[in-house]
Amino acid sequence: MSDLPALAIDRVSKNFGGLRVARDVSLALPVGARHALIGPNGAGKTTLVHMVSGLLQPSGGTITLGGIDVTEMAPERRVGLGLARTFQISSLFPHLTVVENVGLAFEARHGLDRRLWGRTCNHAEIVDGAAALLQRLALLDLAGRRVADLPYGQRRLVEIALVLALEPKTVLLDEPAAGLAVAERGALLDLLLRMPASLTILVIEHDMSLVFRLAQRITVLVEGQILTEGTVAEIRADPRVRDIYLGSRHHG
Amino acid sequence: MSERADPKAVEIARSGFARHGLSLLDLLPFLCALLVYVFGGRYLALSIQVMVQIIFALSLDLALGYGGIDSLGHVAFFGMGAYAAGLFAMHVSSQPLLGLCVAALAGALTGLITGPLVLRTRGLTLVMLTLAVATMIQQLANAAGMKPITGGADGLFGFEIAPLFGVFSFDLYDHTAYWYALGAFAFVFIICKVVVNSPFGLTIRGIRENPVRMRMLGVNVTHRLVTLYCISGALAGIAGGVQAQVTKLVGLDSLAFLLSGNALVMLILGGTGSLYGAIIGATIFVVLSDRAAAIDPFNWLFAIGAVLILAVRFAPQGVVGLITDAWQRQRGRRRL
Repeated sequence: MSDLPALAIDRVSKNFGGLRVARDVSLALPVGARHALIGPNGAGKTTLVHMVSGLLQPSGGTITLGGIDVTEMAPERRVGLGLARTFQISSLFPHLTVVENVGLAFEARHGLDRRLWGRTCNHAEIVDGAAALLQRLALLDLAGRRVADLPYGQRRLVEIALVLALEPKTVLLDEPAAGLAVAERGALLDLLLRMPASLTILVIEHDMSLVFRLAQRITVLVEGQILTEGTVAEIRADPRVRDIYLGSRHHG
Repeated sequence: MSERADPKAVEIARSGFARHGLSLLDLLPFLCALLVYVFGGRYLALSIQVMVQIIFALSLDLALGYGGIDSLGHVAFFGMGAYAAGLFAMHVSSQPLLGLCVAALAGALTGLITGPLVLRTRGLTLVMLTLAVATMIQQLANAAGMKPITGGADGLFGFEIAPLFGVFSFDLYDHTAYWYALGAFAFVFIICKVVVNSPFGLTIRGIRENPVRMRMLGVNVTHRLVTLYCISGALAGIAGGVQAQVTKLVGLDSLAFLLSGNALVMLILGGTGSLYGAIIGATIFVVLSDRAAAIDPFNWLFAIGAVLILAVRFAPQGVVGLITDAWQRQRGRRRL
């Protein structure tokens, strides 16, 4: 393992016309970090994830992955460097089956997405990997179901499956628990806690109990600026965070 | 992190992939073609037109039905294939199969050149750009400077096509031409089947569903779409090439917008994204046009319009959609 941070965001800004949605945001995640990004709606959290994954270009600053400057790199090439992400609103392939959704990720990882011969379902790299992953996530029974026909909670799990299929080094989880029932949140947390220690995770989440149990460090973003950063205990104790984000009902 | 999956799980996973493999059902169109040859000798010329349009519709289905490339300029490939086959027969060699290869190459090359320009866009912009490219190519073929090559408004004519395999000549009775077109249809159909079943076939369906997510899986979406455009272009080029070789005539109408529109109507009638829709739709379209024109040579388009309205109203997924719906209802009833 190198000493270089898995993901470093250095004084990144983003302006939409006159609107400044990110101002000099800096973050550094060492390899294996579990880092949470919290903040009220409109704080610029998803914008930051879009910039890290390459769907948005920052107006200023640099982003590096394992020491490599990716600020101007196309999103698909960042994936080649081990970056994967989920989407806030589940972003899958609705008219394909669950196993086809996951299969697409395995195809991409093994460079089979341009293979013109042989049936997809006969490629061991795709099918074996998908079978094992779906079994691990208890999604195997749904393999042949179209994603559009699945309930919301299971779609979120497929979303995570796609990311795991890529075997990334760094993952960005954009509100993975949004819209999940309590039991489903527990299953999700279990899954996230069992991720390999070498995996670097940046998670955006509003569910504080999940954040406090998953994250080692937390960054609070307000109006595009970092309010504070610290350990879970520090953030819990910070009165400014309580006032701005958690509200008075979270005392104790 | 990767683990071994037990064989049972692999089997379940495998069965979850859509099956588009070759089956006995796939022999049906060719059985029909055989019956037409035996019993419908009068209709050979019409059947050749049906098969040319099926090939063209299949190529469009690959790009549009599977890859989500909304194209109104598909005729560019068809026309380039037709002109390439005609010019090749005039100036180089009259060997039909060699000419057909050149036609496919011309179609693929057109895709390779225009693809990177148009495929970065989607939706209405893409529709307009494909239309613009096709219109430009047609104008180019008609330009005064190009007349010595393309024949301008007169088109290409007076070229000969050598007998197939040196034995079967393309005569007035259309027998050779019929088998030739049928062979081309079978070849194109098999290519389409192989492509849609391959990992690349899954990739293009993924791109149709969600290109942004495909990029986030690390896939270079524009590259894959250009590849698809070239394959589709080659197949459309074959359609144009067969047309040129069996009619021994290439005109500006083989680059006309009308053909792009017709192919789209065929896919709407038959249904997109199944290959069968292209076959059924093209057959209905060409046969209906011919019969309607025989009854009323002036207002025959009325019949096409009426059928199109009925299809969109009552069979939005095309004839194939109707059939699969009925089949699933039947299966559901049996289960109850």
